Amino acid sequence: MRRPPTLIAGLAILGLWIAAALLGRHLTPHDPYADDLLHTLTPPSGTHWFGTDQLGRDVFSRVIVGARDILIVTPLATLLGVVAGTILGLFTGYLRGAFDAVAGRIIEAMQAVPLVIVALLALAAVGTSNLTVILVIGLVFMPLIARTVRTAVLAEADLDYVAAAQLRGDGPLRIMFGEILPNVLPLVLVEATVRFGYAIFFVASLSFLGFGIQPPSPDWGLAIAENYSLIGSYWWVVMFDVLATASLVLGVNLTADGLQTVFER
Amino acid sequence: MPIPGAILKFLLRRAALSLVTLWLLSLLIFAAGQLLPGDVGRAVLGPLADARAVAAFNHSIGADRPVTAQYLDWIGRLVTGDMGTSYVFRSAVGPFVEDALANSLKLAALAFVIVLPLGIAGGVIAALNAGRWGDRSIVILGQTLGVVPEFISGIVLILVFGVWLRWLPMSADWPDGAGPLTQLRYLILPSLPLAVSFFGYIARVVRVGTVEALDADYTRTAVLKGLPWLTVMRRHVLRNALLPTITVAASLVGYLAGGLVVVETLFHYRGIGSLIYGAAKAKDFPMLEAGVLTVGALFAAASLVADLLNALLNPRLRPR
Repeated sequence: MRRPPTLIAGLAILGLWIAAALLGRHLTPHDPYADDLLHTLTPPSGTHWFGTDQLGRDVFSRVIVGARDILIVTPLATLLGVVAGTILGLFTGYLRGAFDAVAGRIIEAMQAVPLVIVALLALAAVGTSNLTVILVIGLVFMPLIARTVRTAVLAEADLDYVAAAQLRGDGPLRIMFGEILPNVLPLVLVEATVRFGYAIFFVASLSFLGFGIQPPSPDWGLAIAENYSLIGSYWWVVMFDVLATASLVLGVNLTADGLQTVFER
Repeated sequence: MPIPGAILKFLLRRAALSLVTLWLLSLLIFAAGQLLPGDVGRAVLGPLADARAVAAFNHSIGADRPVTAQYLDWIGRLVTGDMGTSYVFRSAVGPFVEDALANSLKLAALAFVIVLPLGIAGGVIAALNAGRWGDRSIVILGQTLGVVPEFISGIVLILVFGVWLRWLPMSADWPDGAGPLTQLRYLILPSLPLAVSFFGYIARVVRVGTVEALDADYTRTAVLKGLPWLTVMRRHVLRNALLPTITVAASLVGYLAGGLVVVETLFHYRGIGSLIYGAAKAKDFPMLEAGVLTVGALFAAASLVADLLNALLNPRLRPR
């Protein structure tokens, strides 16, 4: 199998951040939570590679450890959305009928407003924690994934192998999960990586707005929200978190792009 | 130009469908309001408030009535144009939404004025170089810019144009009584993250349309009958290639509101995005519901306009 360069680059960036998230404290030169009020807002130097923040905490260490929460929340949210969306897509696409029609209208209503706003509305109602962010992002992703899966299922349902399964008397559940699902799985995988990219986009944006990952986490979006008023004089307290977020988003999207090319061949 | 009956019927059907969608949206929004743990009075007044004050607050806003009665009351008022009373400001929500919407439209319009020509130019240049280096770099650039969150590109832009070069103000907070030109200067930086995130999207649609049009028989005919290249581009290629762009631009209007929440917060701008954000923070549900529903209505209106334009401009799309 040919490996597109985007896939390799994407996986390399992603792997780096996953390593940072897993190893965390073992990689940091300083304690990411330790204040040092004698050395606040010092510019990048030999001891503090990315400088220090308002409380004198080491920015480099915080950026490394900051990868953890977003890399816990976003894969779980994506997984929830993909599993629920795939099931919903199989049911609406294979069974059609009234259930499909009603589900279709509700999905359309949810899409009448940008996802960030739907998420804000839901999080304002249920309160923000890592768990509610996972649930809310998973739920807003579900209809989008269901729509993609449904389209694929509609095409599969006309094929001979489905008719054969029906003729030998397989029940609808068996046909949906035993026959159709394996055939739409590559599509689901590509959709999952694309959604993972969007999940990072949304969770980072929500954390920046204060509706995502909560303090005292050294999360990047959160750190940017706390420090961006200082950008005029102390660029380093914001810029490295910005670059970290951008590189993670980029890594995931390169991976998604690469996977798409692999499966299209 | 008179609108033919078939188009009118098609549009009326689409309008009816958007009304159903909006009604369902109102149900979802209202349901979200009901999810609030505990009760509204407690959430608004805080954990330290006196129990009697909470009860009185709940009674004063009608939160102690059955859910269906509350929904019917809310939707009944909405239909007559009454968006309710803010929990936080204790005054009508309507004027807040109107002001915010006017501000956001300024920002959004500027973003579109910046991104449309750039996106179209990018798409056409990519199509003319299809498969070559120029094409690849425009597509990859657009794709990359499109996936970067707006607050990330916004901060980079602030740092470059506001802090280092000092060309533009760092927030949209212009001094009172500023003229339109000053306002424009303050709005350029906030509009750029939106433009940046839409560039790739528009360029991609234009690219696909242009590649198709360049490949079409009518273009070959036009070239073979000896028309100058520029005339072929203008009259045959671009006219066909730009049709799908209209629909995409209109669908972006609704999508834009998501970016506005972040951008308006980042640049301290009082638009519909920061209204929704502020209301969500304060759990000011009448304000939040009105803001979200306004975005939904805007989105529905934008897609109707897109359908109308498409039907008028493209005879092939007219339903028979």
